[in-house]
Amino acid sequence: MTPTSHIIPLFVAVSLAGAFLISLTAKKLKWLPDIMGSLTTLILLVLSIVAVYMTNKQGTFVYNAGNWKLPSGISLVLDPLTSFMLVTINLIAFLTAVYSVNYMERFTSKWKFYTLFLLMLAGMNGVVITGDMFNLFVFLEIAAVASYALVAFGTEKHELEAAFKYAVMGTVGSLFILIGIVFLYSYTSTLNMADMAQILLQKPKANLTLIVSVLFLMGFGLKAAMVPFHAWLPDAHPSAPAPISAMLSGVLIKSLGIYTLCRIFYNVLGINSSLSSILMFLGTLSMIIGGLLAIGQWDFKRLLAYSSISQVGYIILGIGLGTPLGIAAALFHLFNHSVFKSLLFLNSGALEYATGTRDLREMGGLTQKMPVTGTTNFIASMSIAGIPPLNGFWSKLLIIIAAVQANRYGYALCAVLISILTLAMYIKVLKFAFLGRLKEKWNKVKEIPRFMSLAMVILAFICIIGGILLIPNISNIFLKPASDILMGGKNYASIILEGIQ
Amino acid sequence: MSREHGKGMSLIVKTVTRLTVGLILLYGIYIVLHGHLSPGGGFAGGVIIALSFIHLMLAYGKEIALKKLSKPILSLFESIGAITFLSIALLGFSGGYFFLNFISKGKPFKLFSAGIIPFCNIAICLKVGAGLFAIFVVLVLLKFDAENKE
Repeated sequence: MTPTSHIIPLFVAVSLAGAFLISLTAKKLKWLPDIMGSLTTLILLVLSIVAVYMTNKQGTFVYNAGNWKLPSGISLVLDPLTSFMLVTINLIAFLTAVYSVNYMERFTSKWKFYTLFLLMLAGMNGVVITGDMFNLFVFLEIAAVASYALVAFGTEKHELEAAFKYAVMGTVGSLFILIGIVFLYSYTSTLNMADMAQILLQKPKANLTLIVSVLFLMGFGLKAAMVPFHAWLPDAHPSAPAPISAMLSGVLIKSLGIYTLCRIFYNVLGINSSLSSILMFLGTLSMIIGGLLAIGQWDFKRLLAYSSISQVGYIILGIGLGTPLGIAAALFHLFNHSVFKSLLFLNSGALEYATGTRDLREMGGLTQKMPVTGTTNFIASMSIAGIPPLNGFWSKLLIIIAAVQANRYGYALCAVLISILTLAMYIKVLKFAFLGRLKEKWNKVKEIPRFMSLAMVILAFICIIGGILLIPNISNIFLKPASDILMGGKNYASIILEGIQ
Repeated sequence: MSREHGKGMSLIVKTVTRLTVGLILLYGIYIVLHGHLSPGGGFAGGVIIALSFIHLMLAYGKEIALKKLSKPILSLFESIGAITFLSIALLGFSGGYFFLNFISKGKPFKLFSAGIIPFCNIAICLKVGAGLFAIFVVLVLLKFDAENKE
């Protein structure tokens, strides 16, 4: 263990400290929550960039909480995949926190929002950084419970209904995950993920891993909103305040759903051909159904929510392909989707902030009045639709190339067709909301406040330059090591266990 | 009968509550402080402590219980509990590790032993006790709000 590895527990500790300090002092110091929210997330962003630097230099770090040795203690693991996820999560979290400074003026008790926001962030960072199966479940629940409360934050009727639906379905998903962990624990007598992987490797093939795989597929699939388990998402994501929608669609479904799915299937249970066929099939199904449902929506945020399901399908398809290019492309798309989907949700929040409506039919010509929102929305829309040279184009192209290389022509064709459908739905948004004639009732609409614009402009800038992540020198630092961890499969266990002894 | 006795449950319930509520609170504190020696701990003890206040609220009505422990104080206790727990974990860095048990462990089965664990138990007890009672209070207050609107 090196001195630098002490930053590993800070990802959880800093966000928790921010949350509790806000709840302790916010009633006296009204100005504190805004500053604390942005400052905490900024610290976390800097820490995660340091983490990328560390993993790039020295590979994997293992931290034993409380100096309890493996496999009995809880270990925190920082490997390239973790640092990749940490950068994604904390980048989006920082920008949404900046955005919330102005946006959350519309709500009472801002400090409750920031407390829950930072708790959710602690949960997500914890899920990503832990190397212990049960610890993963605990952090997953922290993030999930905080997000149930955040979805209900407006406390209107439909928001409470959506939060209730989300809570019930989310709890069912968590239950499946818990049962899966219980089965694994009873079979391997350990909860440490690396140790578990090693014991599973030594024991003969059992039907138990099959059952556990199915349970995890249902549980984590529900968190990731894959198609048969997606019903909560179109209600929950539009009902939350816009910064939270951006967090939920941008990073929550990825860290709780996709990251855990990859980590457990690739590094702990070990992937096989039938499992990857299921993943590819479900991914393509999500892609198609999400896309078809999205195009008919008139509520802007609901359209974005369905589109999230569709884009998650692309990521799952890439993960399921199991080739190095497929996984790298999927992770790249994961990063890109967090950027442009959170930008789109922030745009929808800006529209709601300025006009008070989310119905596309009532809007029109708003670019004239809100140039920043209009321009950033145009960039994000083109990016998600896959127009070169924006970042969405490169990741989709890579996924399609990977599918062709793996001789999955049908899936590649679906990916191309749905990409066209995505373009159609975002052109619909642009046509109805931003272009065309300005309606008379919007003559008094003003551009949104400074911090909201700032966050959106930064995200749009990342959309434009996102393609540089593919340049070999940068890709070797950020993207390739992360996909190598997944491709390494069960080497994960030996890397971690060797690091200890 | 004074106004105070007009609310809540019958005289029998109130008398029994008056006799038992202190014992329940004391038992909760016992469970917390002996958490590192016997079954129980911060969570279980915190629940019992919260139950003693809930007991008071059921028997005497919400005003009396909230006079003993008002909502701002509850949220203060809850935050302090969480901050204390996190601080204990961070203090472990003084010995080199997050969550390190940095205080001397003492002899097993003595009250003053086990290093940071009793302090963790107290922090958890504050968090759980205040949190559980706060949830109960919020449910009661919501109900009253709904009734007032009708």
